[in-house]
Amino acid sequence: MEYTFHWRPVFRALPDLLDAGLLTLQVAALSMVFGVVFGLGLAIIRLNARGPLLWAASTWIELARNTPALFQLFFFGFGLGAFGWHLSPYAIVLVGLSFNNAGYLAENFRGGFKALPPTQLRAARSLGMTATQAYIRIIIPQVLRIVYHPMTNQMVWAVLMSSLGMLVGFRELSGETQFFASKTFRIFEYFAVTAVIYYVIVKLILAMSRLLAMRLFRY
Amino acid sequence: MIEIRDIHKYFGSLQVLKGIDLNVEKGEVLSVIGASGSGKSTLLYCINGLEKIQQGSIRVDDVDVHAKGTDINQLRQNLGMVFQQWNSFPHLTTIENVALSPRIVKKKSRAEARDIAAAQLKHVGLGDKLDVYPSALSGGQQQRLAIARALAMEPEYMLFDEATSALDPELVGEVLDTMRLLAEEGMTMICVTHEMGFARDVSDRVAFFHEGIMEEIGPPKQIFGDAISAHTQKFLANVR
Repeated sequence: MEYTFHWRPVFRALPDLLDAGLLTLQVAALSMVFGVVFGLGLAIIRLNARGPLLWAASTWIELARNTPALFQLFFFGFGLGAFGWHLSPYAIVLVGLSFNNAGYLAENFRGGFKALPPTQLRAARSLGMTATQAYIRIIIPQVLRIVYHPMTNQMVWAVLMSSLGMLVGFRELSGETQFFASKTFRIFEYFAVTAVIYYVIVKLILAMSRLLAMRLFRY
Repeated sequence: MIEIRDIHKYFGSLQVLKGIDLNVEKGEVLSVIGASGSGKSTLLYCINGLEKIQQGSIRVDDVDVHAKGTDINQLRQNLGMVFQQWNSFPHLTTIENVALSPRIVKKKSRAEARDIAAAQLKHVGLGDKLDVYPSALSGGQQQRLAIARALAMEPEYMLFDEATSALDPELVGEVLDTMRLLAEEGMTMICVTHEMGFARDVSDRVAFFHEGIMEEIGPPKQIFGDAISAHTQKFLANVR
């Protein structure tokens, strides 16, 4: 049997696909913001805290890194649902990806903190800075540079992982593609075009990251 | 005045300070000498509260450093510290390194902090390096940057922890000259050092530490010419 390609319906749906691509980028970027904030917190707890706080942080990191991302999304979708907590598909993906990013980034950050000479903190404290000031002004900026490339990787990974959203009913790029593909049965065409869109998004992220690095890291 | 009363300091089960008693008057320059591991650097860390003590007390201008209610961040502004590894902040330019604490700790305006920083950098001879990153400076220049950074907080005391030990030999001189300059200006200084020439020429008193005990303290002439302790004599015979 011969398969005839039909591209026209795909191109008609292109504006919708691009909108969905923006949604993908948005949820991935937001999940990175939360991931960086919580990841830094987890790394600092893991390096400094003891007792229940350390246990909670370690559990978070272990679960995020050692279970499938899809299961993590299912947990925030259907798992919490079982307890009467119903999140919107958008929220499920955002919370799930943030949870996952934070776990992975925490381990990167931990390595970053360890790579800094401990005397940097002492020097900052000796000038009268509080621990918080020393972390925000001296330690974290240097750690972010050390883990800059792993962070870029995580951002790319977040974009690609967000495609799991279609399995919890989120109409991001993959969900939208699935929706159109099942309406028209032009499954190959739709997913081929979508793959190109993903590819372009990731390439843009990498280019942006390189430009940003040139501006940020002049030392 | 810094008053140190019978302080004991342990790292785990290892006792590194075994009952130190010491007063440092305003305007005095005290050099602390002794072998590695004798506890002299630890003493400095205890004075500005970067290390805790297990017994005794340290008072700086009548403020108990290790008391519960002490505002340690306030206190440290008065106790400038220069480290062996100079610890410039690599992500900030020279002037940002110096201006940061006046701005965020002392809450000076951006312009005022910059003026203070520029003046202090000029003071240590880095007036032409304001906008470069520390990676473009030599070790000696970075150490002078560290001195300017501490001075920008307008401390009444300066603590030097082997400020020249990590430097290439040809760079030691410029840092010692800066320290001499401060001493001439009347700064109160405690200098942990291996530079016997500096200890002899610049200090008002020299203290010799041995295995956590202050074995001997006195004017340089006495320590270098007429030491009582056999440990001091042996140490000085070996470094000369």
